Amino acid sequence: MNGPISRLAVFALVLLGALIVATTYWQAWAAPGLADRRENAIQRVAQFTIERGTIYASDGRTVLARNRERDVNGQTLYFRRYPTGRLAAHVVGYSTQLRSRAGLEQSQNDYLTGSNANLSTLLDARVDKLLGRHVVGNDLVLTLNARAQRVALAALGRRCGAVVALDPRTGRVLVMVSTPSYNPNLVEGRYDEILRTQADCAEPSALLNRATQGAFVPGSTFKVVTAAAALESGRYTMETRKNDPGYCIEYGRRVNNYDTTSPFGSVTLFQAIQYSINSYFCEIGKDLGPGPIVQEMKDFGFYALPPVELPTDELRASGLYRNGKLFEPADQSQVDPGRLAFGQVELQVTPMQMAMVAAGVANRGVVMEPFVVDRVIEPDGDVLTRTRRRALGRTMSASNAAALSSAMVAAVSSGTGTAAIIPGIEVAGKTGTAETGREGRNQTAFIAFAPASGPRVAIAVMLENQTGTGGSTAAPIAKQVMQALLQGP
Amino acid sequence: MRALSARNRELLNLLVVGMLTGLGFASVYIARSEIVSPESLTYAAFFLLVYLVAHVVARLTVPYADPYLLPLAGFLTAIGLTEIYRLNPDDAFRQGLWVVLGVALFSAALVALRSDYRRLESYKYVIGFGALVLLALPAFPVIGREIRGAQLWVEIGPLQFQPGEFAKILLIVFLAGYLREKREVLAQGRLKDFGPLLLIWGGAMAVLVQTNDLGSGLLYFGIFLGMLYVATARLVFVMGGMALFLAGSAFVYRIIPRVEDRVTIWLDPWPHAQDEGYQLVQSLFAIAFGGFGGTGLGKGTFTTSDGTNLIPDLNTDFIYAALAHELGLVGIAAVLLVYMLFAMRGFRVAMLAQDGFSKLLAAGLTFGFALQTFIIVGGVVRLIPLTGITLPFVSYGGSSLLANFVLLAGLLLVSNRALAPRD
Repeated sequence: MNGPISRLAVFALVLLGALIVATTYWQAWAAPGLADRRENAIQRVAQFTIERGTIYASDGRTVLARNRERDVNGQTLYFRRYPTGRLAAHVVGYSTQLRSRAGLEQSQNDYLTGSNANLSTLLDARVDKLLGRHVVGNDLVLTLNARAQRVALAALGRRCGAVVALDPRTGRVLVMVSTPSYNPNLVEGRYDEILRTQADCAEPSALLNRATQGAFVPGSTFKVVTAAAALESGRYTMETRKNDPGYCIEYGRRVNNYDTTSPFGSVTLFQAIQYSINSYFCEIGKDLGPGPIVQEMKDFGFYALPPVELPTDELRASGLYRNGKLFEPADQSQVDPGRLAFGQVELQVTPMQMAMVAAGVANRGVVMEPFVVDRVIEPDGDVLTRTRRRALGRTMSASNAAALSSAMVAAVSSGTGTAAIIPGIEVAGKTGTAETGREGRNQTAFIAFAPASGPRVAIAVMLENQTGTGGSTAAPIAKQVMQALLQGP
Repeated sequence: MRALSARNRELLNLLVVGMLTGLGFASVYIARSEIVSPESLTYAAFFLLVYLVAHVVARLTVPYADPYLLPLAGFLTAIGLTEIYRLNPDDAFRQGLWVVLGVALFSAALVALRSDYRRLESYKYVIGFGALVLLALPAFPVIGREIRGAQLWVEIGPLQFQPGEFAKILLIVFLAGYLREKREVLAQGRLKDFGPLLLIWGGAMAVLVQTNDLGSGLLYFGIFLGMLYVATARLVFVMGGMALFLAGSAFVYRIIPRVEDRVTIWLDPWPHAQDEGYQLVQSLFAIAFGGFGGTGLGKGTFTTSDGTNLIPDLNTDFIYAALAHELGLVGIAAVLLVYMLFAMRGFRVAMLAQDGFSKLLAAGLTFGFALQTFIIVGGVVRLIPLTGITLPFVSYGGSSLLANFVLLAGLLLVSNRALAPRD
């Protein structure tokens, strides 16, 4: 029987050897990938022994996240406190033991815990571990302007919506507010209170970052993209005239202006932007077809996640959506180009994307990649990395951008966006109002930049569940936030 | 220079294990001095003492037995006790009591069977029937208890135990006796010779399916095939058995939702990370976190700071994850090598044994030990679907520990007979 026994013994050894191989796979090969997974409770809790970096607003003084030390079972643990509460909750996120991480606390976890690996830091960390020293993470300084952030949060009030403001020259995110916001200090212990947050819309979902995840219908703010496509096609100038009967015929059906009772007659593209004339844009859409418009959208960054540093599952790509999926029309038959042209059909956009549209026009046609982390600072005070501005791409020629800008200036000074007029500063903007199907309830939007001659701020304000128009609801908020940004220190 | 006698060699090995145990407890004490007291260090001394008792009994009853099996088992027990102590000192105290009882049972078995264990062979049918009764016990009302979806516990007063652990040993003894007697006729492959075998085996499997104890089902079936192969040297039987097993598994997969869940989670645990797959996924995270060197004994992360357990059943089914986390790849590979060494010594005993019953018994016990290790650890490292059985000598739990001490006694008895000088 010894033959079979020795073969059985070999088989048993192979089984046990396979265990060593499998364990090696998890501990050596798969370990780095698993460490980064958000659901990894072991890693997450273990990192509470690390003195996590502080997160500051752009002034380098306002603390958005810091540690509170506590001794637990003879170990010093570093729990997170968020002194500004709801102020930048969706950007900063949270770091908890039981409820995982979100926002920059998740996406910048490696920096904050000092585990951003290069050979020397890795060795340092090993030595520290052996000596029983605790690891100290790196600090973050954000681009957020705390004062303007406060103004935006107050201006949004109980409404459900978001404000995103960018520096069009660099892509710095100056303001990112989503309402209803939540107090990140409650996530670990009083999560239910966050889930019960009330606001003026059917689904407040306080944890949702509407600025980067919200699915808004852009309405007429999208006409800026269409106008850019029209100008870039070479077939339109600001002086191109069309007749406005108060509606446009598409597939034999009438597509109405916002106000059908007083048609404008013969109008230029400039006037169509100024007064937001649907029929004109409907004709552009029919004329160009969806192809050039979709191409223009892509130039502005649609159909991709905005490159801002938040976790990718807290970002949403803007574009045409069908059955819940991003959808790119291959030809005219798959989409209604007239309605697309003025932003009414199957379009879902984030406030972040619309701020990038405004910024693209403002920065002479070049969209800069938005970023919210200005620099990472090592515990000894040295700057570890500083974010450099990078262009996402050119959307239109500088001269077309200038022409579009002047029409948007007119839209604010004597068009649909007069509520955004700031005395002494020339503001360029575009309003948007999208019907949601519920009577008297609109999604409203306003995108703008200022000062028009040398823009330092580009902004998008988008609101859910509004009775008024973009001009009456969103434009005043944009005005307050721009004022705070332009007139502040 | 005179070679060391087997028992002296065993003693030396045990002293090494005792030192390692002391180091382990010291390490836990240093890491968690805020929680555990200096008395923890007495565990190591106490532990060494218990094993020295076992050694003395072995010296008196089985002087020629293999000198490595007892120290290797001692090492595994020590690793388990240290880790259990680190996870929950109260559990470690109970486990320590079980070790004492285990050594007592081990000694009793050695004393009772020292002259000739082979007389067990004549009681094989009684033993086989006894195994079935033990297996069926948890299914009885009043005394049967269901824990986490599997009905394999018996509760009498304050005492809880898993009779299945002992049934395993009895079934191996039965198989060794039956296969020794029938191996020639079985090798011819006539169906009628398989009658009693299939009867007892079918009964065992039916009971296991009934009680939802899938890990043991797999284990018993594996032992059965392994021993059948040793007895008949017919690989075709093993193939046929595996085919039957796969067919049976497909059937069980359909009718028991628990099995389907396990397989789904095994194939892709990540989408279930927050619900049914939580335990496995977090255990994988814990293993991965250990990396090459581990966190160090006592320094691992298994609970949140308010004491909530991140991985349920850590000291029983998932103790391997805890060890891999704290000992790292270097340490856990060493532990697995100890399992391999134990298996190697066991198979060596089977090869050296003179008679068929002894060979089958030693091979069955050893293969059962190795296969059980593979099934639970393989489940934890996602090599196979997860089934809840214990890691021999290491997991927390009295029944399992006692049964493994009996297994150890069996191997020592067989090896003593095989290695005794003949006159």
